[in-house]
Amino acid sequence: MLTTKLKAATAATTAFLAFAAAPAVADVDLEFYFPVAVGGAAANTIEDLTAEYVAANDGVNIEAIYAGSYQDTVAKALTAARGGNAPQLSVILSVDMYTLYDEDLILAFDDFAQTDEDKAWLQSFYPAFMENSMIDGKVYGIPFQRSTPVLYWNKDAFAEAGLDPETPPATWDEMIEMGKALTKKDDNGNVTQWGVRIPSSGFPYWLFQGLTTQNDVILVNDAGNETNFDDPAVVDALEYLVALSTEHEVMAPGIIEWGATPKAFFEGQTAMMWTTTGNLTNVRTNAPFDFGVAMLPANERRGAPTGGGNFYMFKGSTDEELQAAFDFIKWISQPAQAAKWTIATGYVAPSPATWESPEMKAYVEDFPPALVARDQLEFAVAELSTYENQRITRIFNDALSAAITGQKEPAEALAEAQAAADDILKNYR
Amino acid sequence: MINRHWIHGWLLLTPAFVFLVTFTHLPAITTLIDSFFTTPRGRRPSEFAGWDNYQTLINDAVFWKVLGNNFWFAVGTIPTSIGLALIMALWVNKQLWGRSFVRMAYFTPTVLPMIAVANIWLFFYTPGFGLFDQITGIFGVGQSNILGSPNSALWGVIVVTIWKEAGFFMIFYLAALQTIPPSLIEAARIEGASPWTIFRRVTFPLLMPTTLFVSVNAVVNSFRMVDHLFILTGGGPDNASSLLLFYIYETAFRFWETSYAATLTVILLIILGLLAIGQFFFFDRKVHYR
Repeated sequence: MLTTKLKAATAATTAFLAFAAAPAVADVDLEFYFPVAVGGAAANTIEDLTAEYVAANDGVNIEAIYAGSYQDTVAKALTAARGGNAPQLSVILSVDMYTLYDEDLILAFDDFAQTDEDKAWLQSFYPAFMENSMIDGKVYGIPFQRSTPVLYWNKDAFAEAGLDPETPPATWDEMIEMGKALTKKDDNGNVTQWGVRIPSSGFPYWLFQGLTTQNDVILVNDAGNETNFDDPAVVDALEYLVALSTEHEVMAPGIIEWGATPKAFFEGQTAMMWTTTGNLTNVRTNAPFDFGVAMLPANERRGAPTGGGNFYMFKGSTDEELQAAFDFIKWISQPAQAAKWTIATGYVAPSPATWESPEMKAYVEDFPPALVARDQLEFAVAELSTYENQRITRIFNDALSAAITGQKEPAEALAEAQAAADDILKNYR
Repeated sequence: MINRHWIHGWLLLTPAFVFLVTFTHLPAITTLIDSFFTTPRGRRPSEFAGWDNYQTLINDAVFWKVLGNNFWFAVGTIPTSIGLALIMALWVNKQLWGRSFVRMAYFTPTVLPMIAVANIWLFFYTPGFGLFDQITGIFGVGQSNILGSPNSALWGVIVVTIWKEAGFFMIFYLAALQTIPPSLIEAARIEGASPWTIFRRVTFPLLMPTTLFVSVNAVVNSFRMVDHLFILTGGGPDNASSLLLFYIYETAFRFWETSYAATLTVILLIILGLLAIGQFFFFDRKVHYR
């Protein structure tokens, strides 16, 4: 409350001074919700960038509001919008786009792009990121904190197992072979180091989508209203994932915790792990051994999903406010700002121009693994996103968990998930 | 004069009444009404749905699963945490060295926020390098994956809840034990009663009102405490550790299926209402020592 009053007072004073000095220009006040999924540095960077913009642009006030996890942020934005107090802009998961669209809450960026420069800006991002950002040819989301999963490997463990420490597995079969060489047991037959770790808690669908893409199958159509969960290639991918711990015994059985995965890697509990490129800076700082970063192994083809959050603009504000929000989003996604953000966090810079900026060039020269995620974008597909997205992914996650924990056969679990998803999505066809 | 008393009475009741109506009764009634409509979406307004939501509920396998989980969660937590609380209270009610320290140690879990507790236990349970696996590893036992297996995830959650709750209930028993006049126990002892008989015939019956209070709390908590699920398991794997309130939260604020969440809430209200009636009307009669 106090800050609101102070702000109002400051705004009033500024307005008064402006009035005294020059013809009155009313301040535009914007609210900007942002989530943080990977720790403190990210929040500071966003606040710094916002402050920098406000300082450089008279007449615009932007309040950057930390809104919790991705889940909390979408919940807050939806609640605020329903109460008639929608923020002007927010960073929310790219996969929640259809949900926000269905609630009739978001605006297309095309409607604000007036100049040729603006229109060129909308075309300036990697196509892999835009797949999750457009509906019916219109841009509803601007890629910002975007990520993709990569494979990290422990070079010391590879050398110890008699493998070439510079060569990560390039195919599914190699991952099993190398995994077998890397799995170590003690005298009692208990495993002390697993070959590979593909975490499956919370949102197993994301890394699993890596496997399905490598099997050359997509999980959902472009319109987001028809899933493909029971496709034989999807079943095959799930059978591969399950076999890693049952048949080949290169991965721990049961559900594997997402959050503890980097720690398990540092502790030598696993020699390879699949996790987000958002962990890059974390691994670089904390791994007590030499590590490598590689693209996920291929089967029919290479492949990985994209992930992370986009900027959205919300309905319910004046044109002037929305235009100001548009200008801010455009500014923050320019190479200089995007490079700062990527270097601080490890998120993948979303436009080719950013990678050409001097800051990024210096960064990747010092730390080449940062390039792997960018190079993998060529093979990347949109993260699973449908209407009623949270519900559909929950159904899919439950099916994956049931198969991973051996309660259901992969084919059976996926057929049930497809039926349940059809039941919900038939309303949107 | 009677009229004046009447007005005074109502005036005194008004503040509490206003808050109860605003935050308890009206929402309950709105929930009931909402459960007969479809969820409004930005592009599709709400429509009258009749019994559709209840039909969905009956056919919803996840609902029956979380209801079953909630039953086992209640059975697993209530008697054990009450029993433990009683034992701990009897123990720290004695004259023993470092009594305040032991009391404080038992009470600490209650003071901690549930989210913090869940994070601590998440580390205990972590396969490979968590506390439990490090201890069992010394004896040559392999890795466990308590929260990652459908057979053990709910039990992992139950243990955390008992650890958290027992200390809280202990405080009530301790307070009750200190109100029992020592003369009763001394009289029994002069009669030659054994410690066990004293407990069974004197102490425990005098504690019955506290037991009722604690058990009402424990029952309510078994439906209300879901904070730790967000951290420990997220309801997984495949809903093996999900509870009714957690499912309601997910339906309402993750899936935004608000009218189905209202339907689930109506069921929760009915269950809690029946339990409260059961406890107060049937149990209450046998509670007081005569």
